[in-house]
Amino acid sequence: MKLDAKIPGGAISDKWDRHRFEMKLVNPANKRKFTIIVVGTGLAGASASASLGELGYNVKAFCIHDSPRRAHSIAAQGGINAAKNYRNDGDSVERLFYDTVKGGDYRAREANVYRLAQTSVQIIDQAVAQGVPFAREYGGVLDNRSFGGAQVSRTFYARGQTGQQLLIGAYQSLMRQVEAGPVTLFPNREMLDLVLVDGKARGIIVRNLLTGELESHVADAVCLATGGYGTAYYLSTNAVNSNVTAAWRCYKRGALFANPCFTQIHPTCIPVSGDHQSKLTLMSESLRNDGRVWVPKTQGDRRSPQQIPEAERDYYLERRYPSFGNLVPRDVASRAAKSVCDEGRGVGETQLAVYLDFADAIRRVGEDTVRARYGNLFQMYEKITDEDPYKVPMRIYPAVHYTMGGLWVDYNLMSTVPGLHVLGEANFSDHGANRLGASALMQGLADGYFVIPATIGHYLASTPLPKVTADHDAFKEAGASVRTRIERMLASKGKRTARELHRELGRVLWDYVGMARTDAGLRTALGKIPQLREEFWQNVSIPGEPNTLNKNLEYAGRVADYLEFGEVLAMDALERRESCGGHFREEYQTPDNEARRDDEQFAHVAAWEYRGPDQAPVRHVEPLEFEHVHPTQRSYK
Amino acid sequence: MNLTLRVWRQSSPAAPGRLVDYKAADISPDMSFLEMLDVVNEGLIKAGQDPIAFDSDCREGICGTCGCMVNGVAHGPDADTTVCQLHMRRFKDGDTIVIEPWRARAFPVLKDLVVDRSALDRIVQAGGYTSINVGSAPDGNAILIAKAASDEAMDYAQCIGCGACVASCKNASAALFTAAKVSHLALLPQGQPERLTRVRAMVDRMDAEGFGACSNEGECEATCPKGISIAGIARMNRQYTAAVLSGAGDKKAAASGD
Repeated sequence: MKLDAKIPGGAISDKWDRHRFEMKLVNPANKRKFTIIVVGTGLAGASASASLGELGYNVKAFCIHDSPRRAHSIAAQGGINAAKNYRNDGDSVERLFYDTVKGGDYRAREANVYRLAQTSVQIIDQAVAQGVPFAREYGGVLDNRSFGGAQVSRTFYARGQTGQQLLIGAYQSLMRQVEAGPVTLFPNREMLDLVLVDGKARGIIVRNLLTGELESHVADAVCLATGGYGTAYYLSTNAVNSNVTAAWRCYKRGALFANPCFTQIHPTCIPVSGDHQSKLTLMSESLRNDGRVWVPKTQGDRRSPQQIPEAERDYYLERRYPSFGNLVPRDVASRAAKSVCDEGRGVGETQLAVYLDFADAIRRVGEDTVRARYGNLFQMYEKITDEDPYKVPMRIYPAVHYTMGGLWVDYNLMSTVPGLHVLGEANFSDHGANRLGASALMQGLADGYFVIPATIGHYLASTPLPKVTADHDAFKEAGASVRTRIERMLASKGKRTARELHRELGRVLWDYVGMARTDAGLRTALGKIPQLREEFWQNVSIPGEPNTLNKNLEYAGRVADYLEFGEVLAMDALERRESCGGHFREEYQTPDNEARRDDEQFAHVAAWEYRGPDQAPVRHVEPLEFEHVHPTQRSYK
Repeated sequence: MNLTLRVWRQSSPAAPGRLVDYKAADISPDMSFLEMLDVVNEGLIKAGQDPIAFDSDCREGICGTCGCMVNGVAHGPDADTTVCQLHMRRFKDGDTIVIEPWRARAFPVLKDLVVDRSALDRIVQAGGYTSINVGSAPDGNAILIAKAASDEAMDYAQCIGCGACVASCKNASAALFTAAKVSHLALLPQGQPERLTRVRAMVDRMDAEGFGACSNEGECEATCPKGISIAGIARMNRQYTAAVLSGAGDKKAAASGD
């Protein structure tokens, strides 16, 4: 299969404008004759539904939550990047483009990233007009701060709740379209299959989570905005209901899954305290400005941190990376923490943690200054751990945070299934092998407010779409296959809970497909995952009935999909024989333990094609051309 | 820790509910309240029983999905804390904890601790937005907003829509929820053109959804996990009066008078 990214011609700075002119339009009076399904109501989904509704399309918006405002975009803390150059510090569309391609370790598509940088400026305008209360200067203008991977201040923020405020803005616009009529809301619905008619995406099968009823919904095009797959690892900073199911069902209907091995592991999270833990909580990266990371020099040193004298501490980041010290990038900091814990020098009850110590900062600038800078984070830490970080060093450990991989899309955000468009974290497009801070919100909103409203019109105007109803055999077949699967799950009446099996899968993925991957480890994972999958189908226990509100049934269905997806994740990591961004293969490192990219062999997108339940998926390749940003080796020594 | 839970069990909206006792054994003080319920549910599944249904998602206090009455207090005993961020170290070994769903006419119980809060979405739908289409926004810095005004708007905008205010109110009023959105937009220049029609439409929808009236008890403010101030309710009432007297939103009110 040839993957055609459909990148428009011309200079990179003109591609998007030119493409918008060349695309076909749908007459305003005809828009209401088209129905578009949007699955998901996070930043990408809510902004897409609102924008398409404003244009006059008939939109059906679905979410698994009781309200569209609950989507996990709401938990984003830091901010959103935009090339406004309000600070006069040398920022530009060109620079944001450059930083993002480089930050992604040269595994993103240049034309997409350029468009992202271009649209970033309009996102801020749109959000302000909606009433998003961004932080402001005393003069009344918008405030900015700096974020990782950039030398300019281009991040807009609303306290530590930027994702919440942007999502509420998109939600308000969405609810306005619900009131006006174009958008119909379907909350408490989980997409369980994609329906293809004549090879095109023409609808979805959803389960009504309150009644258990399976519903068929017909449309002229489908937009998937269902987020990332970090919860495959069981513990992550994602919400507990975030899942891969909708994307995975599209994969099984022919959409290619790109770069699943590109996962971002964030270095500063509150560590796991026990088996009961359901999720991990992020502590902002900004803490590394003043905190010093250390572990004891000797293995198994169980003394309390205050009892360990200075000479017996290993400030390993400062030792290994003298010029960047504690401020090395996320992937480097995460791997270093793992390696000291692997050596048996981890701290805390589980020994899977390192210290982030503010004692020197408090001595240097005083407790009040530290409180002013990080007070809310220290308070959150204390609430969860019951320890006072002003007196005792914080314990932190890396955790799965974001997934750069996702369904493959072309420049128009259309997958390999005609009519199926994929937006936000659910697609693979803009972040390459590593996402920079404050860029996820930017991408979700760029896709929803600005890209899809333009490109979907072209698809609808240029594609013959004969009328289809839910009586079509394709809907009956899809509905029946979903029903059979649910019945099969409920029939096993075994002894294991879905949570136990999910936790075991998470442990396998974390150990072998986590921060440092090896050929042997990945093969071990590929041996264990099918066993767990077998165990699930033979021995899972799901109480309750299918035709009621049954949260365990919902959850078990997602776990069943993680058990399939995890295998492709490991395969992709095995086949990518290089280290880049969030994907670190121990065999491919420089003598000083840095990631060694292989641009000769792996400057491409790897996209996996489903070939049936008993066949290995096929790996396809989209070569990446770097015409504007020349790939170089990163070093932080 | 070993605890006794007294939990509201109700199999469906129409079925009668009752409090059922469960033992929660070997609970770690480091668990969050919802992780404690996860552990109890794992035990129930193993015993072949129907686990306790409850809503949650982000588990870091920002999505607003979780919420239940813990010993009669919305989100439990800690101030400014959602129940997902409440930790078991707040309880003592041997405690009995009574866990009930939000109770309000406008929030029918769906199952156990899960209630239907879609009425809150419909209040926002009535007018909780600025009528701006994508593409027509002026430059972000074209609208200057004093820092104090922006910060105060943010204080209201951070409402998470959990419904604790309704559950705590003896009138089951959604006044604090509605006032938070009214205030957020009324404090900003972007919200001015529709200020009066918005408050009229939202308050009328709130009444139509079956929420009670505000009688200034202040229970909502006391249990709000985001500390939203009831000063917003005063603002909402003042603006609503102004809207009615000036006739703002009359036509809309008549049209939705069904």
